[in-house]
Amino acid sequence: MTTLADPHKESFRLSMLLNDTRYRSLTFQFIALVAIIATMAFIGGNLVRNLAEAGLNISYDFLGAQAGYDINQRPISYDSQDTHGRAAMVGLLNTLIVAFLGCITATIIGVIAGVLRLSPNWLVRKIMAFYVEIFRNVPVLIWILIIFSIMINAAPAPNAFRGDEPTASMWLFDSIAVTNRGVYLPKPIWGAGSLLVVGVFIASIIGIFLFRRYARKQLFDHGRLIPTFWPSLALFFIPVILAQLVLGTPVSLEYPALKGFNFRGGITILGSLIALWFALSIYTGAFIAENVRAGILAVSKGQTEAAGALGLRPGRIMNLVVLPQALRVIIPPLISQYLNITKNSSLAIAVGYMDLTGTLGGITLLQTGRAIESVLLLMLFYLIISLSISFIMNIYNNTMKLKER
Amino acid sequence: MLNQGSIWRITLTFQCRFGLIQAHRGEKPPLVSLPAFTRPEKPSRKGVDHQEEVNMKKSVFLGALTVAGIIAGGASAATLDEVKARGKLNCGVTTGVPGFAEPDASGVWQGFDVAVCRAVAAAVLGDGNAVEFVPTTGKTRFTALASGEIDLLARNTTWTFSRDVDLKFEFTGVNYYDGQGFMVPKELGVASAKDLDGATVCIQTGTTTELNLADFFRANSISYEPVPIETGAEAVQQYIAGACDVYTTDASALAAQRANFEDPSAHVLLPEIVSKEPLGPLVRHGDNEWADIARWTLNALITAEELGVTSVNLEELSAGTDNPEINRLLGTEGELGSMLGLDAGWAKAALGVAGNYGEIFEQNIGAATPIGLARGLNAQWTDGGLIYSPPFR
Repeated sequence: MTTLADPHKESFRLSMLLNDTRYRSLTFQFIALVAIIATMAFIGGNLVRNLAEAGLNISYDFLGAQAGYDINQRPISYDSQDTHGRAAMVGLLNTLIVAFLGCITATIIGVIAGVLRLSPNWLVRKIMAFYVEIFRNVPVLIWILIIFSIMINAAPAPNAFRGDEPTASMWLFDSIAVTNRGVYLPKPIWGAGSLLVVGVFIASIIGIFLFRRYARKQLFDHGRLIPTFWPSLALFFIPVILAQLVLGTPVSLEYPALKGFNFRGGITILGSLIALWFALSIYTGAFIAENVRAGILAVSKGQTEAAGALGLRPGRIMNLVVLPQALRVIIPPLISQYLNITKNSSLAIAVGYMDLTGTLGGITLLQTGRAIESVLLLMLFYLIISLSISFIMNIYNNTMKLKER
Repeated sequence: MLNQGSIWRITLTFQCRFGLIQAHRGEKPPLVSLPAFTRPEKPSRKGVDHQEEVNMKKSVFLGALTVAGIIAGGASAATLDEVKARGKLNCGVTTGVPGFAEPDASGVWQGFDVAVCRAVAAAVLGDGNAVEFVPTTGKTRFTALASGEIDLLARNTTWTFSRDVDLKFEFTGVNYYDGQGFMVPKELGVASAKDLDGATVCIQTGTTTELNLADFFRANSISYEPVPIETGAEAVQQYIAGACDVYTTDASALAAQRANFEDPSAHVLLPEIVSKEPLGPLVRHGDNEWADIARWTLNALITAEELGVTSVNLEELSAGTDNPEINRLLGTEGELGSMLGLDAGWAKAALGVAGNYGEIFEQNIGAATPIGLARGLNAQWTDGGLIYSPPFR
């Protein structure tokens, strides 16, 4: 008579590493891991050895040496006497500026285009499809160059503003000059008492928020709809203007004026920054538009229909019902688009915008010959920027995502 | 106008650095010679290789790869043999500077630097057309040379200490004495570079230009807005559109690019020359025989002008003359050719392509051409210039 017993517990034998499917994959993974480590060690060792033999030591001393070149856009003070390290910082800030501006405008363009791609209006829908396809399928470098060359050829040179009968004129009561070298804007000059004006401005912004909250509460509690647009606008402008008048214009404007070869005074936004910014936003905007469209289509049609049945207008359906739900689908791919903008901003050198790649990875690298050090540092900087963007966007994603209870 | 260089720059410069490392390392061969980086290894290094192998015996794995590396390294020969075996000279030139190196309407490269390539090709291979022209940008040129992609770089390259010593290249002479100049539209009414306070200046990056510029403006305490641009063509585009007031690069390149403008007379070169830019052909460190060939081919062109050997009387003079130096140059006397490892008629072949230095100059960039450069510093030393060749003896 046979009885059912527990199967005999097999002891581990070495051959099982190959013969037993439970262990076999582990064996191969281990072998692969050892091979990868050995290869990396070999390549790294080869590099170090060759460097040592060529008398090239990895050294970052060059960052403290005098740079000797000038940079056209300086968020922090810098001249040719400063160090390569400072030049790299200027480049880093320039990268951050264009990446930040690009992310904002690309998002705005993308959301608008994405929503309009689903418009019931045939023409609007087709125009947006055309926009998305044409921008998404041509390399961004080409767009940067096209936009830049259109800009330098279409906008007037500063020379055109000169003379008794200039062929070009400034905009908005001679306060803004658009040239092919950049846009010159009035710059606020902070006189005595300007702190008070700024304080009033901040207070009015807070006021607008409080007012809107009150209006919302009224709507929810009592069903009364208070108009918010015009009062907000009034709150935004009137207190500041009053403060300016009462205090005797502590905040004045410095207007750009044509002096010598260029406009001087005011704030300059370089043509290269505008071209790069515009090209990056419009290019990435096309990708974001597709993400937004995907997000909207992911929201069940029933939601739209239910909102419509409640009597909401199409604009409100989109803003209050569809987009908040679509965001959960949109945000994760949006993060990678933001990373793309940051990385694509390294094409800045094509239009002479001195970003991190242009300074540290360009002139510094070529003048010092420290290619390995510069490129490693460059990689580190981009890695840090990208990981930071990911980190912040992931926090935002976590606050937006569906909370399962 | 599209510049691929900007995209590939990091890759290339990285490669460049590795290329340099491989190209200029001391006596020991690399553990593994990557194909792109291999360069001629002398047979005499075998002893060192063996020592290397012994050192590496600690690790069988690494040892095996070392042997592979040695075999790969030993397979390549000296540049001269490589060129002869290939039947073509790989010569690095610009991506297009009128007068210096530019393909003509039928796609044939023409120009002052191109003539140097052709002369070397003729000296080595007997055929001035046996040249593969490799267009290089300011940033890719050293990579191309260090990695062995080209045998000779004749591309408006300034001979500087750091390029010669640190980047480990061998300049084989000067074929054009240049200096950094400024070009402005005539209508600006600027007479001197010192009047350029506040001007926007277009610069070609990847060169010594931006440093010279910064120094000049600082020394004169005037301000400027730099616009760094990757290639000459893009810089010209911006300059013509008025996006910058001034365009600065080597004076010869300014004159050359101005010749292609719609109205060259509307632009002037300012009198200030802010730097010394001796331009010349260069080769890699380490292959002195090849450097000698490049150096003495250029010297042959220069000497020929000095001695009055031209493309017209070349055949006649090569039959033998009373002047021993001409005879030595043209190979009817002495053993100069075989000392270089070339035929006796090497210099005759080099001169047969486009004549002597003076003829090449006049034909490509001289006063009668659209470029219209005067000889100036580039006249023979006998005419008060700096062009001077060591004697052929």
